[in-house]
Amino acid sequence: MTYQPSALQLQREAAKRRASRRSIFIALSSTLAMGFLITILVTGAQGYEKVKESFFNWEYAQKALPSVFEGLLLNLRVLIIAEFFVLLIGLLIAIARTSTSPVLYPVRLVATIYTDLFRGLPLLLVLLLVGLGIPGLRISWIPNSAVVLGTVALVLTYSAYVAEVIRAGIEGVNPTQRQAARALGLNQAQTLEHVVLPQAFRNVTPPLLNDLVSLQKDSGLISVLGAVDAIRAAGIQTAQSFNFTPYLVAGALFVLLTIPLTRFTDWLTRRQDSKQRAQGQW
Amino acid sequence: MFNTKIKVALVALVAVVAIAIPVINAQQSSGCGQIKEGVLTIGTDDPAYGPWFDNNDPANGKGYEAAVAYAVAEELGYSKDKVEWVKVPFNKVIQPGCKTFDFDINQVSITDERKKAVDFSSGYYDVSQTVITVKGSKIAGAKSIADLKGAKLGAQVGTTSYATITDVIKPDQDPSVFDTNDVAKQALANGQIDGLVVDLPTAFYITAVDLEDGLIVGQFPAKAGGEQFGLVLSKDSELTKDVSAAVDALRANGTLAKIADQWLASTVGAPVLK
Repeated sequence: MTYQPSALQLQREAAKRRASRRSIFIALSSTLAMGFLITILVTGAQGYEKVKESFFNWEYAQKALPSVFEGLLLNLRVLIIAEFFVLLIGLLIAIARTSTSPVLYPVRLVATIYTDLFRGLPLLLVLLLVGLGIPGLRISWIPNSAVVLGTVALVLTYSAYVAEVIRAGIEGVNPTQRQAARALGLNQAQTLEHVVLPQAFRNVTPPLLNDLVSLQKDSGLISVLGAVDAIRAAGIQTAQSFNFTPYLVAGALFVLLTIPLTRFTDWLTRRQDSKQRAQGQW
Repeated sequence: MFNTKIKVALVALVAVVAIAIPVINAQQSSGCGQIKEGVLTIGTDDPAYGPWFDNNDPANGKGYEAAVAYAVAEELGYSKDKVEWVKVPFNKVIQPGCKTFDFDINQVSITDERKKAVDFSSGYYDVSQTVITVKGSKIAGAKSIADLKGAKLGAQVGTTSYATITDVIKPDQDPSVFDTNDVAKQALANGQIDGLVVDLPTAFYITAVDLEDGLIVGQFPAKAGGEQFGLVLSKDSELTKDVSAAVDALRANGTLAKIADQWLASTVGAPVLK
């Protein structure tokens, strides 16, 4: 026998549909009204033509694209290499900071000082100190390339942040998990590897990816040392023509890079939430 | 959702704002006039470098550009106490719309492309680009532009010095680009770049004052038409004509040459690169 909704049920469904149509209509008209207002606010402004000419000039955008794109490739290279070392060093520091053995006290102390120092220091200062200070020492085996030293500075700063994120993840793992693992006969290292870290990383994936997005943009700061990244390439073009469109081109490329990453983060967070609920961990 | 009164009020608000905005905007005057009545507002960057300025204090009138600025002011009928200096970073000099200064003096080279975005006065200084380095560098003995091909060169962002590297020298390695000449000088002293391209007076200043063991490799041969520094004004500024006429008058009556003699006296005699 097929399901036959009652008259009352049909009424309810119709009312629901009406309500949803109504809210769609309201959302649509309010969006249109906002868009309309913003459009006249911006285009009606007296300097609009000049701003449009300076920031949204298609001709300059096309001219700038190749060199800005080439700069972006540098950003990407720096990002990938820096992120690898940031995760590695961040993990080591986090493990050091969460260790409990009294023998390891000096390691904990150094790790704590490291995170305090590099989270406190402005990235720009670290870049200048590493990028201009170290080559000033004239030690022959240390490379003096702006890109290499800039990446080192980024790793120093970001691994301090990431270490704290991972530490939060490790400390967020319920202590009973450790105890249970030890009770099952796993040693400290095995407990860390098979029980604590997998859960810790799962808890902090969104903030870690957030730091990755942030690093992606900060990778451009190495341009203070002379390297030509996307923003600097845009700056060079802007200085030639006194037109700011190249910056917009660089901005658009950065956004295009970031959107997939942030969507991925959202998706991952949602998936984990539903997974954990399904497992009844809440 | 909303009750009728609120809805009516919202619609009315949207309508009023929609009508009001164009009216308010239209009331603003067009064209960029003087910033402050009776005062000449002059912009330059902070820090302001020698030999163009002295001690990062444009108001002391010392240094070539400070002296030129006051001479232009006098020519326009402003006494020294009627001149006001504002600090303007490069990106604010080139921003669209009306500027925060009447004119800016900061070694900005005049080009046709830039003229589409801002107004320039007549040129007040003829520039030649110059390569500097430190003793022991591999280009210390360079005699020709070809000798610079293999070098790692640097320049300040936003300068025609950078264009000189990419357009004239065309080196094998990508040039380094710096926010300020301060960072560039450090990179040069560190050996991170082999040479730095700057304008000639800056070259003399840096090699004599700032750099230990600094030396001038040579200047580039003068281009046809020549490169000149000009005062920057808002696009279609009402002052451009007068300011330009003032600079022309100062050039014609020998004042510019006299100021150059006083502040840039030591800048002759850099070898010309073949």
